[in-house]
Amino acid sequence: MVLTTPDRAEDAAIVRRPRRLRGVWLLVALGVLALAMFASLTIGSRDVNVSDVLAALGGGTDGFAEASVAKRIPRTLLAVVAGAALAVSGAVMQGVTRNPLADPGILGVNMGASLAVVIGISFFGLTAASGYIWLALAGAAIAAVFVYTIGSLGRDGATPLKLALAGAATSAALASFVSAIVIPRGDVSASIRSWQIGGVGGGTFASLEQVAPFLLVGFAICILSARGLNSLALGDELAAGLGERVALARGSAALGAVILCGATTAITGPIAFVGLVVPHAVRLIVGVDHRWLIPFSAVVGAVLLTIADVVGRIIARPAEIDVGILTALIGAPFFIWIVRRQKIRQL
Amino acid sequence: MTSNALRPSSPTSDLTSDAAGRRLVDEVARNRIRRGRRRRTVMIVLAAAVAAVFLVSLMVGQTFYSPLDVWHVLLGEQVPGASFTVGRLRLPRATLAIAAGLCFGLGGVTFQTMLRNPLASPDIIGISAGASAAAAFAIVTLSLDDAEVSAFAIVAGLVVALVVYGLSYRGGVAGTRLILIGIGVAAMLESLTTWVLSGAAQWDLQEATRWLTGSLNGASWPQVIPVLIALAVLGPVLLSRSRDLSTTQLGDDTAAALGVRVNVTRLVVIVTAVGLISFATAAAGPIAFVAFLSGPIAARLVGPGGSLLIPSALVGALLVLVADFAGQYAFGSRFPVGVVTGVLGAPYLIWLIIRSNRSGGSL
Repeated sequence: MVLTTPDRAEDAAIVRRPRRLRGVWLLVALGVLALAMFASLTIGSRDVNVSDVLAALGGGTDGFAEASVAKRIPRTLLAVVAGAALAVSGAVMQGVTRNPLADPGILGVNMGASLAVVIGISFFGLTAASGYIWLALAGAAIAAVFVYTIGSLGRDGATPLKLALAGAATSAALASFVSAIVIPRGDVSASIRSWQIGGVGGGTFASLEQVAPFLLVGFAICILSARGLNSLALGDELAAGLGERVALARGSAALGAVILCGATTAITGPIAFVGLVVPHAVRLIVGVDHRWLIPFSAVVGAVLLTIADVVGRIIARPAEIDVGILTALIGAPFFIWIVRRQKIRQL
Repeated sequence: MTSNALRPSSPTSDLTSDAAGRRLVDEVARNRIRRGRRRRTVMIVLAAAVAAVFLVSLMVGQTFYSPLDVWHVLLGEQVPGASFTVGRLRLPRATLAIAAGLCFGLGGVTFQTMLRNPLASPDIIGISAGASAAAAFAIVTLSLDDAEVSAFAIVAGLVVALVVYGLSYRGGVAGTRLILIGIGVAAMLESLTTWVLSGAAQWDLQEATRWLTGSLNGASWPQVIPVLIALAVLGPVLLSRSRDLSTTQLGDDTAAALGVRVNVTRLVVIVTAVGLISFATAAAGPIAFVAFLSGPIAARLVGPGGSLLIPSALVGALLVLVADFAGQYAFGSRFPVGVVTGVLGAPYLIWLIIRSNRSGGSL
């Protein structure tokens, strides 16, 4: 068991959290999400008041205030779905690899999607999201398989250290290729820049529509594979003994995770650490049962990304800080904390 | 080495094994001489290659100048055209390439030797990223001059080294934990750099590349001189410790028993290595993977035994020179040196990980 490490007593306490409390927490999380979305609509380089927000939500676009709210609606929705998708993707990847450091950013999967999109834009002249979502999915899948293969070579399988190193190295390699492609193309580099740093500022209803079906499929697969992930957490032999088809469960869950992070990256660019931080935080509240972990992660991930986006608008006024920068600033200390908690043998 | 050479003659004293022992002693001695010769040859070839590429990168460009012209410029004579192009543009750039390469090669192999792991190089565990974030902050936000930027970078590099070491300390520092924590710290510092750069008046891609992947574009003497001074001061200090550094590889207790003051050595070596890395980063940015690549390449060229410091420094200089030259002229458009070394270095890193995972051992 590598997944939740520190003390057996703590593990047991996590598992024994009362069921009723989870429902309360879910309501709290949804409430916070509503507040965060409201903040995201009102706060920005131009602050608007409540009546303007309501008018804009009703479809009004008169005046600056309503117009800026109308512009912030797709952005807020994108932050919500991207945060949810990345967090679920991270939770599922941690389950599939039984590795506490798994995250679509750390494992280089987001960078794979980015590189595929950048290649599509630079060499094949793609401009619409509809074209490069498929490319992003392919890039994410290839990167995921590549990193997992490298990380699991050798006697003791995919240890956290080996996976994280393989992911970091692959990320670095892919990022170099992205730079090498972007730099000579001054004309497109502005539009490609978001594939080097993740951001939700470019969200539009059109791009949301493009990505929605993929995200729905991804969420569905992930939620359906929750039971399988619970069995996998017991170890492959035990899961097989319980009647789980291990390869199928692992493959389908990984497919769901890759669809979620690939499709998200196609719209937002690579956003790291959301998929790492959220499942770990959620596990402290709801325990290790994936049937709760996955939906909860979705809500908390949406909250995290929405708030990060709002904070990015506040601290650099009137400019903005891309949400990908902020998630790295929040997430990297968390990553270090997890590494410190591990016993050295388990790395 | 010496203990190896002495051992065979001691345990038994009859004639036959004495002869066998003597043969072994001869064999060991011959091996040492052969290795010494190989080391010297490799170092001479590397130095010659560095000089040759240096000369070529002074000669070749938009306009070609003969070696004679270059020679006159180097002597300080006025040559129409060449004085400006070679003296003002190409010479600082090529000098910075060599100086930064030497710094990265020295600093990188020092960390790799000390922590006994090729992945523990300053560009992977966040030290270059820290120096780079500080330099970007000092230039973009505080608009300081070159000397102050270097000071900023070296303080940040030392602080990051201290923080990574402290965070990975839990009843002793384990290499794997240090590397993972370093990767986390590096990720955070890189996004800080991006943040600083995005706060600049406008997003300047060239400047951004310098602080994210390293670039020699627009190199000028005020940038180059701090790096040269750092090399002249810190390089000899580091080299004077090279024997102690090799001895600490045997483990702290053994090294102490052999008369090495382990903690002093470690402190001196860390400070000088971080200093070299930070000065070079303040001038050229964290040129991707040079610190990481130089040591393993040098080890492969030189073979086992002996200090890697000088060969690795030469490999670093050669890497930066060649990568910068290739980035400028080998492709349709101009690439900063860091992109070239990144594209070369990252696959090597992946290969190294594959190899070590296969064999199941550490790297």
